[in-house]
Amino acid sequence: MIDWGWIGDHLGAIAGRLGQHLELTVIALAVGFALSLGLAILSARVRPVRSIVIGIAGIVFTIPSLALFSALVPIIGLSLLTVEVPLVLYTLVIYVRNIVAGLDSVPPDVIEAADGMGYTANGRLARVELPLAVPLMIAGLRLASVSTIGLVTISGILGQSFGGLGFFIFERPTFATEILVGAVGSIALAISADVFLGRLQRRLTPWARAMDTQAGAAT
Amino acid sequence: MSSAERVVFEHVTKRYPGTGAGNPGAVEDLSLEVPAGKVCVLVGPSGCGKTTSLKMINRLIEPTSGRILIGDRDIAQQDVIALRRGIGYVIQQVGLFPHQTVADNVATVPRLLGWDEGRRKDRATELLELVGLDPTRYANRYPSALSGGERQRVGVARALAADPPVLLMDEPFGAVDPIVRERLQNELLNLQEQLAKTILFVTHDIDEAIKMGDLVAVMQVGGHLAQFGTPDEILANPASDFVARFVGADRGLKRLALTRVDALELMPPVTASSGDDAADARRRALADPFPYLLLVDAERRPIGWVDQDDIPSSGTIGEDLATAMSPLFSRRTTLKDALAMLIEAEVHAGIVVDGKGAAMGLLTADMIFASSRDGRSPEARAGA
Repeated sequence: MIDWGWIGDHLGAIAGRLGQHLELTVIALAVGFALSLGLAILSARVRPVRSIVIGIAGIVFTIPSLALFSALVPIIGLSLLTVEVPLVLYTLVIYVRNIVAGLDSVPPDVIEAADGMGYTANGRLARVELPLAVPLMIAGLRLASVSTIGLVTISGILGQSFGGLGFFIFERPTFATEILVGAVGSIALAISADVFLGRLQRRLTPWARAMDTQAGAAT
Repeated sequence: MSSAERVVFEHVTKRYPGTGAGNPGAVEDLSLEVPAGKVCVLVGPSGCGKTTSLKMINRLIEPTSGRILIGDRDIAQQDVIALRRGIGYVIQQVGLFPHQTVADNVATVPRLLGWDEGRRKDRATELLELVGLDPTRYANRYPSALSGGERQRVGVARALAADPPVLLMDEPFGAVDPIVRERLQNELLNLQEQLAKTILFVTHDIDEAIKMGDLVAVMQVGGHLAQFGTPDEILANPASDFVARFVGADRGLKRLALTRVDALELMPPVTASSGDDAADARRRALADPFPYLLLVDAERRPIGWVDQDDIPSSGTIGEDLATAMSPLFSRRTTLKDALAMLIEAEVHAGIVVDGKGAAMGLLTADMIFASSRDGRSPEARAGA
């Protein structure tokens, strides 16, 4: 059923598409994170902004990705932006919620102690609130990475210039081997990204591990 | 060590929008002065404005009207961030930063003040030792790995890090169990003997207030200062029915716990030693209103009581005459403990002895009652 010969002949192409998949994903995750951080901090500081941002983000997430990719073509033509704009929009939904939740998770007594000791508002954000939001931020990053890797696959609908590993799914819809390469490759990439980010989180937040250990010992 | 500074409230009022006086957390025309180096406890039922008053000192809450001075400076005229960095702050839930090690937590204000790393580390080590936590064991732990009592000690160390002249403590021991609380209270009193900071301490527990305070400010709902004075003054002369009820029906006993035996003028005992002339001893004992003769050894250490009627009219005194013994008090025994022991004793007089065990004088239950009636007992402090 699987044509191993085809795979052997196309290793270079597969590697190239894997690289493209990663590139499209990383750009979306990075740009989306930068935008979300700003929006989330604004939402955490100004209550009315928060409901607007979260509301809009929720609406965006209900738009089917296929529809959004296709709808943008007549508006901005076919370019990197056509892929990245939807990808970034979808990451916003996940990121903003998680970063806001992360900032909300900072215990009130910690905030009060920080204020009482003379942190400035920005100092408190940078040194206390954002570091404490890191676990939920990375949880958001993991979700967004899995979601984005899937959406990059779908972007293969826009033609040969895009899609990453998804290219193989859309190129010849009747050739099972190629479809499997695209699908399995995408899944493997998503799982690898999730595992990698999980490790990164443990690295970045040794204090949270101490809390987990204690919680485990207490139960 | 920087010197302590006085804290003064001048007609400070805090009202919350849409509400008049008498609402929870409001403060009404509060005026009081805490002298430099003293511990002032703000105590009262919940909603009496004690925490509001405390938070107005580091401007986490701004007063509606009135002034607060630290030293001679109006805090409203100071930069709020600089003001807070110059005041130690301890809260009930401690508020340690979970993502920082104990040493980094302690060095928070030094870091904000821009101390270099070496100096911060030295200071953190010094402070951990001061609060009784071994720096080699604790400096690199995260707060989640500490017990409640250990966290509160780190909280105190963190508040002291930049050596502030004023320390604010908001129910600092409210979240730990009673045994740990008592230990932390005693440690703070010992620490305060070395540091002599000006401390404002909020609690709802009158016993804690009496134990910790050089001065106690009793507040009542509506933010009124019901009474301000030494613990002894408040227990001896409650200014109102509210204060009397708040300090409790056992305030007489609480007050006895504040006073030590050496605050009273002791009654000299009639004494005799084995081998003394019995007739002379009998004559002296009968001349004294107290019906017993105290038999002592050559170093005046008490052996026992001899009923004056049992003293033979001739011959010499022998140790076999002693039929009863009393509790022995040191000069540091509190009157409350002394009374408790006297209730059990056969002869209702305790013998106060010095460090070598020699009898210095007698203390009777009547003398304790008289001292609490006249309300003039010196403000000797118990606790510690």
